[in-house]
Amino acid sequence: MAKEMIKGNEAIAEAAVRVGLEAYFGYPITPQTELLEHLSGRMVELGRVFVQAESEVAVVNMVYGAACAGARVMTSSSSPGFSLMQEGLSYIAGSELPCVVVDVMRGGPGLGNILPSQGDYFQVTRSAGHGDFRPIVLAPASVQEAIDFTVLAFELADKYRHIVIVALDGQVGQMMEPAELPAMGEVARERPDWALTGAKGRPPNVVLSVYLEGEREEAYNLKVQAKLKEIKSAEQRWLEFATEDARLLVIGYGTAGRIAYSAVQAARERGIRVGLLRPQTLWPFPEDRISSLADRMDGCLVIEMNAGQMLEDVRLAVGGQIPVSFYGRMGGIVPMPDEILDAITHECKRLAIHESIERSC
Amino acid sequence: MIITDFTPPAGMELVYQRPESLVDVQTHYCPGCTHGVAHRLLAEAIDELDLRERSILVAPVGCSVFAYRYFEVDSCVAAHGRAPAMATGIKRVQPENIVITYQGDGDLASIGIAEIIHAAARGENITTIFINNAIYGMTGGQMAPTTLPGQKTTSSPCGRDVESTGFPLRVCEMLAQLDGAAYIVRRSLHDVKNIRKAKKAIVTALKAQVNGLGFGMVELLSSCPTNWGMSPQQALSWIETNMIPYYSLGEYKVIDAVNALD
Repeated sequence: MAKEMIKGNEAIAEAAVRVGLEAYFGYPITPQTELLEHLSGRMVELGRVFVQAESEVAVVNMVYGAACAGARVMTSSSSPGFSLMQEGLSYIAGSELPCVVVDVMRGGPGLGNILPSQGDYFQVTRSAGHGDFRPIVLAPASVQEAIDFTVLAFELADKYRHIVIVALDGQVGQMMEPAELPAMGEVARERPDWALTGAKGRPPNVVLSVYLEGEREEAYNLKVQAKLKEIKSAEQRWLEFATEDARLLVIGYGTAGRIAYSAVQAARERGIRVGLLRPQTLWPFPEDRISSLADRMDGCLVIEMNAGQMLEDVRLAVGGQIPVSFYGRMGGIVPMPDEILDAITHECKRLAIHESIERSC
Repeated sequence: MIITDFTPPAGMELVYQRPESLVDVQTHYCPGCTHGVAHRLLAEAIDELDLRERSILVAPVGCSVFAYRYFEVDSCVAAHGRAPAMATGIKRVQPENIVITYQGDGDLASIGIAEIIHAAARGENITTIFINNAIYGMTGGQMAPTTLPGQKTTSSPCGRDVESTGFPLRVCEMLAQLDGAAYIVRRSLHDVKNIRKAKKAIVTALKAQVNGLGFGMVELLSSCPTNWGMSPQQALSWIETNMIPYYSLGEYKVIDAVNALD
């Protein structure tokens, strides 16, 4: 299919439609509202389910219901609304149901503002609700990736019966770029055998997240942890640029990663031996690759649009082998390439990566 | 399904047995609790309308959290108060199923009041069985949104003081105002006559859903002898003498299409 100019939020919505989204439940919140608006027309036009609910609390429980019935289901929100969904996400995780949640992150904490941010990193990667679980988290850096990761999100959700969060900063949601959408597909009408469809000719199915006896709850948790381990080994995703001979590794995701790419290119033009790794999955975090790259780097510089959240995962991955420093902006401020280039130069000097600095002068 | 192996002697007829929609297990409910009665009525209604294989039950958080163990139908357990939202998600993707929420007063009238109001306002084609026993049972007898003025609970030890705690909610009266509501009825389980009327209301509510007429709710005034500190018999009397004067029994909303069903 040909490329077309399309806005990030609408691209995600349309991609979901084309891979057979059966039901969408949502609530308006900037900067993700275009997603809900797009689906309010498309889903109804296609005879699929669209509900604008009374709150994100209701939304996520509608998602829970539709997921119980085995439907391909999605919701979307932005940071404050995502916070309200944590209760339901924990129940969905506790019931091992597939669903896709889009979080178009905005400035915070509190009401914050509607500017782009990556301040929900801890929230989406640590668990997104009470209890021991971690959703799969995909972090697109372009409209095309937003589309591709939406498609991937449904595949992974079904494969693992797990929550997949597409976590993007407001900039990716709001910008328009040329991108290619997937071909139009239909809703799968066949239900999984565990789904609630009515106990006709079979014993009743039950979907729940309550195990009163400690041993059963622990057994359930062990099963989930085994699944998470499998996901962790199979689904780490990232992109790299100029890491072969680099001495400093820059790491950033989403918009921060994309701007860091510009800065790393500019640094390379000045002869600085710097490379970039852009995580595409925030959980599972591409820790194996970062750990092996750290073996041959002098240092690592983390770029985020928050106070340094992925920074902790990088430090865990690096395991103290090399110094890890951080440059970030908060409050909805998007860093400029020059700021990141300055941070790269400063870091090279501090780490005495002399050879490259000399060549850059 | 065979309900019982019992064969009546020649010349005698089997007139009473466990409904097909109830599982043959002992429940966890306290002696004298009317949840058992409400479960049986719902199961009988499902059987009579031949809905067992189409039904999906959404259990709440509260004493009836384990309702899924007792009904021979597909079921799930919602987060506290969110059963109407969960039921909405199920019903919207599978309109051919009969979706029933079973909720207590803390679940429905306190933490889940937004979800029940909006489900009713949307005219969701689901059925809600609302057990009002004026107390939080599962957590050990705290004040509920339906606890009566002056009623003693573990969190209103001197009796509910409406000056500081506000007034009990009359949910049927509230929901009856909404255009999306098709059938809103309050019944009581304190004696045989009223139990029969409750059964009839549940059957009507399910019929309304089968016919796609909109949101239906049957509130059932129920007893909680354990947390009220009464004998089962005293508790049933207390429903009649204390609850019914505050929560009048009756049909609060019956749209014409529901009336036309009978």
